[in-house]
Amino acid sequence: MTVRNRILILISAVAVLAAVGIAAVLHASARADRRDHTQAGGPRVTPGTVTLTGRGSMLFRNMAWGPHRDEVVSVPAGDPSGPRTASGVKCLRFYAASGTGVCLQAVHGPVSDTYRALILDDRLRTVHTYDVPGIPSRARVSPTGHFAAWTAFVGGDSYAGTNFSTRAEIVDIRSGELIPSLEDFRIVKDGHPYRAADVNFWGVTFARDDRTFYATLATQGSTYLVRGDLRARTVTTLHADVECPSLSPDGSRIAYKKRVKGLPKDAPWHLYVLDLRTLRETPLAERRSVDDQAVWRDDRTVVYALPGDYGADLYQVPADGSGAPRRISTAAVSPAYVG
Amino acid sequence: MYVADSRASTPASADGAARPVAGRRRAAIAPTVFALGTVSLVTDVSSEMVTAVLPLYLVTGLGLSPLGFGLLDGVYNGFSAVVRLVGGHLADRGGGRHKWVAGFGYGISAVCKPLLLVAHSLTPIGLVLAADRTGKGLRTAPRDALISLSSTAESRGRAFGVHRAMDTAGALLGPLVAFLILRATVDGYDAVFTVSFCVAVAGVLVLVLFVPGGRGGAVAVERPTLRGAVGLLRRRGLRRIAVCALLLGLATVSDSFVYLLLQRRLGVPDRWFALLPLGTAASFLLLAVPLGRLADRVGRWSVFVAGHGALLVAYALLLAAWHGSALPYVVLALHGAFYAATDGVLMAAASDGVPEVLRSSGLALVQTGQALARFACSLLFGAAWTVWGDRAALAGAAAALAASAVFALFPLTQRPKGAAPA
Repeated sequence: MTVRNRILILISAVAVLAAVGIAAVLHASARADRRDHTQAGGPRVTPGTVTLTGRGSMLFRNMAWGPHRDEVVSVPAGDPSGPRTASGVKCLRFYAASGTGVCLQAVHGPVSDTYRALILDDRLRTVHTYDVPGIPSRARVSPTGHFAAWTAFVGGDSYAGTNFSTRAEIVDIRSGELIPSLEDFRIVKDGHPYRAADVNFWGVTFARDDRTFYATLATQGSTYLVRGDLRARTVTTLHADVECPSLSPDGSRIAYKKRVKGLPKDAPWHLYVLDLRTLRETPLAERRSVDDQAVWRDDRTVVYALPGDYGADLYQVPADGSGAPRRISTAAVSPAYVG
Repeated sequence: MYVADSRASTPASADGAARPVAGRRRAAIAPTVFALGTVSLVTDVSSEMVTAVLPLYLVTGLGLSPLGFGLLDGVYNGFSAVVRLVGGHLADRGGGRHKWVAGFGYGISAVCKPLLLVAHSLTPIGLVLAADRTGKGLRTAPRDALISLSSTAESRGRAFGVHRAMDTAGALLGPLVAFLILRATVDGYDAVFTVSFCVAVAGVLVLVLFVPGGRGGAVAVERPTLRGAVGLLRRRGLRRIAVCALLLGLATVSDSFVYLLLQRRLGVPDRWFALLPLGTAASFLLLAVPLGRLADRVGRWSVFVAGHGALLVAYALLLAAWHGSALPYVVLALHGAFYAATDGVLMAAASDGVPEVLRSSGLALVQTGQALARFACSLLFGAAWTVWGDRAALAGAAAALAASAVFALFPLTQRPKGAAPA
């Protein structure tokens, strides 16, 4: 075959391939346009003033299509599927307590996306900004509003290529001091000091005393609930197989996702509640696999997200294992009860 | 489809490489090297597009936790070493099937891209990634054999340098293309995978159309057999190269650890962390050709060992307590220089000690030894980090690297035949 023919074959093939590629991109960007239009039958979203001190409100990231997609919105806590007030602040993850909010955002750069955490005041104005070292996954604010924490997935600091690690960071909002990684804390595992390079932390949740926190520690393929001490910079293991802990308002119980043996690999978790005094586990009535850090609506009810038609929907279930799960809000994720 | 007519195509041998020119002009780089460079550039654009968006896709697109991925890595590294050797051996059989074995490897990787559109949980995605890496393992040795067979002994370092520079250019472009697509769409991961597939197919087409197959009329003197491939290690020159590459590999800390150390020891801000590999790649891209030419002129082995010297300096800078704002740039530049002086240069050096009929097998042997040694180093380094902390682990690696480099230099006086500049 002559060189000329080969070049002709290549040019025609590249033209066809380019057409396919361009069609794929156009198809995906048409989807982007569709998502900017409000879908029929979706929740009503109107721009307005959102504060962290409004009495009896629930705030969350709005996933409903339209101009306010991904913005933090507020609804009355008693009517979570009612009309939404949009704040104009876009977040991937959000949480708030006692007039302090934390918002994890993507920053679109020229070569890649980077991420940052915004600390927000009671009127959702940014007071501090921190770089987040990877893809954000969990966010919490302490009940006092004095500390915030987030977890990010970081690629590339593993032994061999495709593995990931997590980085949990805690920030003291009053001083602005960042605790860059819980991996610098001293670990007491099963009563002995413990060191390992494969330690990962995620899912921080705070107690009321501005000193105690709980989180998941993973090492050697197992996960543990740890109690952390911000002053002594230590973490102590309490219980095995606990991920994404969430402390109840009265500080007595932890809601968490437990990897249950025998479940499919891609849906391995069930929601449980652990009594911190007796270490008794109670499975909750939700039978589906939950991959979220639950939020306590009050001392009796937990709220969590499950995948839905528009990304995620919010559900609630009693914290004592009774009853049944109930959907409270569609196209919503990252809930926080304020006021 | 088989379009390259072997009689009409340029034989993949040194005859097609250097057209002697009047005066002291440099020998031209063979068209085959540029064709293979183009294939690698295009393929790397395709694969780096996927690599760049995969974590994001897993976490935000599928809502999966990517933490369970590393478990198979150890097993897979052993497996990919075997695949590499198999690819090298298959390519040598039948009088040089390099093109077709390489093409098969590129083809496997291309087919993997649309499979990502249908794999929605960790296990299938893990399998697709493993298949992708199998394709990469199969094609590496035959591709390098083709480069070395289509260039003359005097210009081999430069030929590999040109190829590696083109390859790295693709690696730099890939993430850029991927994020441009993500920018223009919402959750456009399907578009990224589709475009990546189209790009990969274009790469395979360039190989099929423009890289000569079989060795037009070359008479095989000895039949390539497995025994012959293993017997290569009886050749003093190649054995020395393989042993030294292995020893140096045992002291080569993996990239991800280097970036982690940069962040921990030099305080590189978190937001730059994802950009650190780009620094290494840019330096590799700029230096691959000049260092390849230097290797042709002053000896490949000296440049190869000097490259490890650059890595040693990078380690030393990471260990030093001195914190200058320019330091991360210097470390990344040295890290890229290390790759530019070792990656293609090692293949050029190893080519000299391997007969043409066993070229793929020989290169695969050296590559596999080096890859396994580097993986072992990762495990050892991780363990040392755990027990003694990062500083001590790095100091240990630096000491091992210095000792291996001295060992590699030692018998330079009795250079393996052919490694000396002509």
